[in-house]
Amino acid sequence: MHHLDVRGLTADYAGKPVLKGVSFTVTRGAIVSLIGPSGSGKSTILRTLTGLLRPSGGEIWLDERQLDYRKTADVAYARQRIAIVFQQYNLFQNMTALRNVTVTPEKVRKRDKREVEAEAVALLQKVGLGDKLKAYPDELSGGQQQRVAIARALALKPEILLLDEVTSALDPELVHEVLDTVRLLAAEGMTMITVSHEMGFVRELASNVMFLEAGRVIESGPPQQIFEAAREARTRQFIGKTLYR
Amino acid sequence: MHALIEQWPRFFSGPNILFLATALAHTVLLSLASCSLGLLFGFLIASTRLTRSWTLLPLRLLLTGLTESLRRIPPLVVLFLVFFGFSLIAVDIEPFWIALFALTLIATAFIAEIVRSGFRSIPREQWDAAATMNFSLVQTLAHVVVPQAWKIIVPTVSLFFVMFIKDTALASQIGVLELTFVGKSFIDRGFSPLLSFGTVLALYFILSFPLARTGQWLEARLASS
Amino acid sequence: MNYALHYGQVTPYLPYLLGGALVSLWISALAFAGGLVIGLLGAFGRIYGGPILSRLIYAYYIFFTNTPQLVQIFFLFYGLADFGLLMTPFEAVWLGLTLNAGAYLIEIQKAGFLSTRASELEAAETLGMSRPQQLRFVIIPHIARVLFPPLSNQFIIVIMGSSMGAIFGLEELTGRAVNINGQTFRALEVFSLAGVIYLGVTLLATVGLALVGRLLLRVPMRIA
Repeated sequence: MHHLDVRGLTADYAGKPVLKGVSFTVTRGAIVSLIGPSGSGKSTILRTLTGLLRPSGGEIWLDERQLDYRKTADVAYARQRIAIVFQQYNLFQNMTALRNVTVTPEKVRKRDKREVEAEAVALLQKVGLGDKLKAYPDELSGGQQQRVAIARALALKPEILLLDEVTSALDPELVHEVLDTVRLLAAEGMTMITVSHEMGFVRELASNVMFLEAGRVIESGPPQQIFEAAREARTRQFIGKTLYR
Repeated sequence: MHALIEQWPRFFSGPNILFLATALAHTVLLSLASCSLGLLFGFLIASTRLTRSWTLLPLRLLLTGLTESLRRIPPLVVLFLVFFGFSLIAVDIEPFWIALFALTLIATAFIAEIVRSGFRSIPREQWDAAATMNFSLVQTLAHVVVPQAWKIIVPTVSLFFVMFIKDTALASQIGVLELTFVGKSFIDRGFSPLLSFGTVLALYFILSFPLARTGQWLEARLASS
Repeated sequence: MNYALHYGQVTPYLPYLLGGALVSLWISALAFAGGLVIGLLGAFGRIYGGPILSRLIYAYYIFFTNTPQLVQIFFLFYGLADFGLLMTPFEAVWLGLTLNAGAYLIEIQKAGFLSTRASELEAAETLGMSRPQQLRFVIIPHIARVLFPPLSNQFIIVIMGSSMGAIFGLEELTGRAVNINGQTFRALEVFSLAGVIYLGVTLLATVGLALVGRLLLRVPMRIA
């Protein structure tokens, strides 16, 4: 039974087609990594799954239930189960780290305040920011903000976690602290879909790697296949260019 | 010039001072009330324009049309329209309330635009993050947007308020007993224009200048934080 | 309420009203021109004129921007008459609009002049440009681009302010609407029509200026 099943997904942005029929499945506990050149549509897939972009065609099945992303109710349903962490962290600037993590469970999901806060503190400690609960985003480094963003996403108890180039905006020395956190989540069996340029990381953690180009899936397979013995020439070309990483 | 010095004591007689004070109060009330209501309605309009549903589209179009129009028609014309509109419906309304209605309409239109700009100044990413966590529009505004946008909205609205005091002078043309009306009435009674309008100008200045300074200070203060 | 809208009684006056719009535009243009001159002189005075002159000019600015335009015109119209200087409504309104606009334009132009960037001038100098050449190729184009949006905006404001002329008997758009109302008593119809014409005029002006800004000066201006 697949956790997420995407069939023939198409999407447009500013009148131009960005996704031209993308299909893939994600099993429970799997880590699917999307790689490919800029503009290939990787982030678009994530943004579509989280309802920020309306797909123009195709099917999305979440746990054997088909979702129609044109319906507000279905998008809300998806957002209950899928959480996203953005490249630019997108923390709420007017809230402390703790508040960023507690606001959605408490105010949107109407859960008990003390319960939510206890969980939030635990999550922030887990990502190594137990001493920064009262800090505002502009007082934190990029790596710290990103970890808060991860804690915020985890507070939603998602079934699937989307990571959209979560280290791309960080200074190199801050990248590892975020990757360590992701490793932790992987070890715990969280289903994840990541878009990343950190090839070493993808190779280490992904259970399945998908190479996209110009809105289409060119090749899909386990890391060993993609990185060492890719079937498609274009895949090999791309891997060759990024090998120095 | 000699008329000014000669008329001075007669001008600043008890009854006249009372007259001026009443007029000043009316000017202040008119400005404050219309801007406060303008803030309330302007905020509501700006928020409504953020909705996306098809059912509300006619309302959004109507509100957009009204706010864009009211900002591009001279206040005097709006005052006349409201004045004559009211004269058909109701028999005996004080000009003050008619002016208040008209000025509120104008203030609402401008403040709605200020609030809307404030909302748009919040980066798209903040709205996106809230959306992906199933925030409703109200929740997004309450927890994310307004706490950040007020720092731009409040100073801009206060500077608008200062500017708006000057628009209340037009209420004199439909018979409201505010400063400008009173200034003119003094002239009609034979006082020197220098004295009459000079005093009125001074009063407007005393009203406006400190507020303008405060607004600028607010703007500087909030921009840096 | 037994009142039906009879636009038919007012539409014959449409050419008259549109003529009023032209008067509004004409007096606004004249006032804006005058204001530009005041603004130019005042801006230079503020930048190069020494502390006393600068403060005097600033006082002028503070006075005109913290008092209502209507009262300013009243003051001029009646006050100057007291000194023996009788003005026609057109002259008094023009003077009032000019002095008022001039105050705002002083600060606008001052900001524009001060916005020239040292980095650009350095680059021009190292490229071997003489001062006149720097003026022509670097300074003035830059200032023109910086000033165009606020100046366009101020012009629209002057047009809106010109409607006060009606109060002094000036036969611009609002004044003519008042006249028509006096004849036909169709207040709602005539004033709404005047309102629509003002909308049209300001929208046309805004779009026209934005196009000029975009095409001629390459200023990124929003069209409406």
